[in-house]
Amino acid sequence: MDYALPLIFMAIMGVALLVYVVLDGYDLGIGLLTPLATESEKDTMIASIGPYWDANETWIVLGVGVLLIAFPVAHGIVLTSLYLPATIMLMGLILRGVAFDFRVKAGDHQRRLWNYAFFVGSLIASTAQGWMLGAYVTGLTISPINIAFSCLIALTLPALYVVLGAAWLMIKTEGELLEKAVKWGRVAVVPMGVALLCISIATPLVSPTIADKWFVLPNIIGLLPIPLICVITFSALIWLMYRIDLIQAGYGWLVMAGTVLICVMAALGLAYSLFPYIVIDKLTVWQAASATNSLLFVLVGVVIVLPAIIGYTIFVYKVFSGKATTLSYGSK
Amino acid sequence: MEFDPLTLARIQFTLNISFHILFPTITIGLAWILLYFRIRFTTSQNRAWEYAYHFWVKIFALTFALGVVSGITMSFQFGTNWPGFIEKTGNIAGPLLGYEVLTAFFLEATFLGIMLFGKDRVSNRVHLIATALVAIGTALSAFWILSLNSWMQTPQGYSIVDGKFFVESWMAIIFNPSFPYRLTHMLLASLLTSAFLIAGVSAWRFIRGVDGPATLLVLKTGIVMAAILAPLQIFTGDLHGLNTLEHQPAKIAAMEGIWQTEEGAPFTLFGFPDEARKKTHYAIEIPKASSLILTHELNGEVMGLNEFENEHPPVAIVFWSFRIMLAVGTLMVLISWWGLWSIVKKSSLSKPVLSALMLMTFSGWVATLAGWYVTEVGRQPWIVYGLLRTSDVVAQHPAITLVGTVIAYALLYVFLLVSYMGTLRYMASKPAESLALLQAQSPAQSGRPQGGV
Ligand code: HDD
Ligand code: HEM
Ligand code: HEM
Repeated sequence: MDYALPLIFMAIMGVALLVYVVLDGYDLGIGLLTPLATESEKDTMIASIGPYWDANETWIVLGVGVLLIAFPVAHGIVLTSLYLPATIMLMGLILRGVAFDFRVKAGDHQRRLWNYAFFVGSLIASTAQGWMLGAYVTGLTISPINIAFSCLIALTLPALYVVLGAAWLMIKTEGELLEKAVKWGRVAVVPMGVALLCISIATPLVSPTIADKWFVLPNIIGLLPIPLICVITFSALIWLMYRIDLIQAGYGWLVMAGTVLICVMAALGLAYSLFPYIVIDKLTVWQAASATNSLLFVLVGVVIVLPAIIGYTIFVYKVFSGKATTLSYGSK
Repeated sequence: MEFDPLTLARIQFTLNISFHILFPTITIGLAWILLYFRIRFTTSQNRAWEYAYHFWVKIFALTFALGVVSGITMSFQFGTNWPGFIEKTGNIAGPLLGYEVLTAFFLEATFLGIMLFGKDRVSNRVHLIATALVAIGTALSAFWILSLNSWMQTPQGYSIVDGKFFVESWMAIIFNPSFPYRLTHMLLASLLTSAFLIAGVSAWRFIRGVDGPATLLVLKTGIVMAAILAPLQIFTGDLHGLNTLEHQPAKIAAMEGIWQTEEGAPFTLFGFPDEARKKTHYAIEIPKASSLILTHELNGEVMGLNEFENEHPPVAIVFWSFRIMLAVGTLMVLISWWGLWSIVKKSSLSKPVLSALMLMTFSGWVATLAGWYVTEVGRQPWIVYGLLRTSDVVAQHPAITLVGTVIAYALLYVFLLVSYMGTLRYMASKPAESLALLQAQSPAQSGRPQGGV
């Protein structure tokens, strides 16, 4: 139990953060895309995420929550080191979270202000998240090369989010907006791929610990499927994005699925790289873990509640499935 | 005041939590009021209930959004500002926060989507259930976070090994001695805050002449709620105080401004506490009243601050906040009863009553913040009462970083608060009839489509 519990919580935390990146990723991506859309397209884009964004954002609360619950010492180290980017990210999330509510309620004269806030908030939040990820992977130590690496991820994550956002629009919209979404997707997917490739090359370079784990036999053979799947999926994504008739015929979800698959692979690779550290080279999951009976107490809750959460999340996605229409608070 | 990391971290935490609590205070209460409107409009033929629901659900959505984004900030704050707190009490604080996320946040955030936009997509019953689940979620969230906060005030059920807290009994931790009082007092505070909000905005609409069929119903709901709950709040507040006397006598001494232990202690209505000279200037006192309230005896003994040399909270903030809360509480009773009397006796509301209600629109915020300052500043210098000092758990950030982020947060919050109140005003100033029309039409016909939230 003492051995397994920290691992279980590490997995829960990883999954929560991955789910966050995918779900809030498409919200943030849509925020990044809004300046390119007309006013009424903005309405549709925002309507397509309206019922979901709040619950999507809750996954980051769970992720940080698990860090706090299961690895209190690491929680302190990570968040204190990431103080500035975390603060900047929070301000971004605040701006974008309130912007679309104000946008429709504050009156037409303030619309431009809130459109702007929505975009800027999304941009700040996604760049800051990328930076935090970069700083985390490089062990929270500051050096020129680590900073360069963090910058690289800070630019990549928004590209990934744009692809997710475009993919979401390919599922939820039709007509002209759908065509635009496909174009946006085509433009964003290339830098996303290039950047992911750069990151994969750069990660072992900045961290000897990670390099040692990948470039030894037989590990490297066992790990080969990860980059392979990424390359294949990536090619398929590009192919698909130039088959607009397929997307119009309702296969937009394949773009989403492919992008998610790439995210999952990246997460698996990252998990392998970091294990068994929670703060690389400094603290292992077992050193950082809470007392066993505290973890058990939470695990009971997780086992009971998480399936329920997944259940009602699926229910809500079903309720709002289909193409997005302008939202209303219901009138009939 | 010196600007060391501790002071700055405190200022920042205070700023963030104070901003956050404004919105939960409204959403927790308004969620139940909306459920009531929702039930009324399914069970009665009066369409006005439906307008009432539609008008207030929009304000609810906006408030909720502000509550969520400021709450996310809070969930990072423990790590960024008080890493030592989580390091030492993580075994206890972690699971309580975890249960809040698992049982409350996901529930409210997910069903909010259906509550706000699902009305035409799900059956009436499912929509009603979703609305109820959101209300239950907000209350559950208060349950867990207040359990943790109360445990920090009146810790029990733990053991300490090597400076770290370990759990002995979850029941003892969750249901710690001050928790029932704090939970009741806070839930009532939320309901009262929302009652005065809906009454105040409605009164404003009458005064401006933009009232409609629903305005009077909403106004009455608010007044009746307030008239019942405000006295109850004073009653629970008194019980809360007695509980605090038992567990945190230093806090009570600061609230009452009693410098020396004495029998037959007076209650200071007004005055200027002076910690250096250990006296209260220009005090206006009611003889023996503190002893009477706290010990229920005219000559009962009340402990003074002299018993807690260097271990008592800053007196002036606690003393003043307490009086502000009491004053608002008293005003709430007076004004809600005046409103009730006008409705029952005269069956009409005169301009003075309406103006009074209008002025009280955000009174709940004032009392709630004041109450929290009493509670939290009154706990100082401890973060976990009697066991762990705040100064021992603070993160060491460079002062310049902290000053910079505090200023940035403050600017952002002022901007958002102004926007929030401005938007409420803008929404309330639309004539109700046009609102009714707007509801009857499809969204596309009403000028701008209602995209987004
Ligand atoms: C008495 C009630 C109460 C108190 C004292 C607090 N909160 Fe809160 N919080 C709520 C009541 C609430 C709520 C009613 O559940 C909110 C507010 C509005 C809302 O949308 O949910 C919420 C939202 C909210 C969220 C966003 C949830 C989501 O994603 O849906 C987080 C992460 C927190 N809070 C965290 C905190 C922390 C760390 C606090 C203390 C330091 C805190 N809150 C004090
Ligand atoms: C929601 C209303 C709340 C308000 C307005 C509030 C206000 C404050 C204030 C003013 C302080 C600073 C005290 C000082 O340094 O003099 C403080 C400190 C603190 N509060 Fe709260 N608080 C609230 C709720 C909570 C809750 C629910 C928790 C935890 C579960 C909490 C945990 C803390 C912690 C960890 C500190 C920092 C350490 C300290 O200064 O003691 N607070 N709060
Ligand atoms: C007028 C009579 C009232 C009395 C005697 C009273 C009493 C108290 C006491 C003694 C505390 C401090 C508890 C502690 O930490 O030791 C407190 C806290 C608080 N009060 Fe009041 N109160 C009154 C009215 C109100 C009103 C009208 C509101 C809001 C609408 C309010 C909201 C709060 C809140 C939010 C707290 C902090 C949370 C808590 O500790 O419960 N109070 N009150």
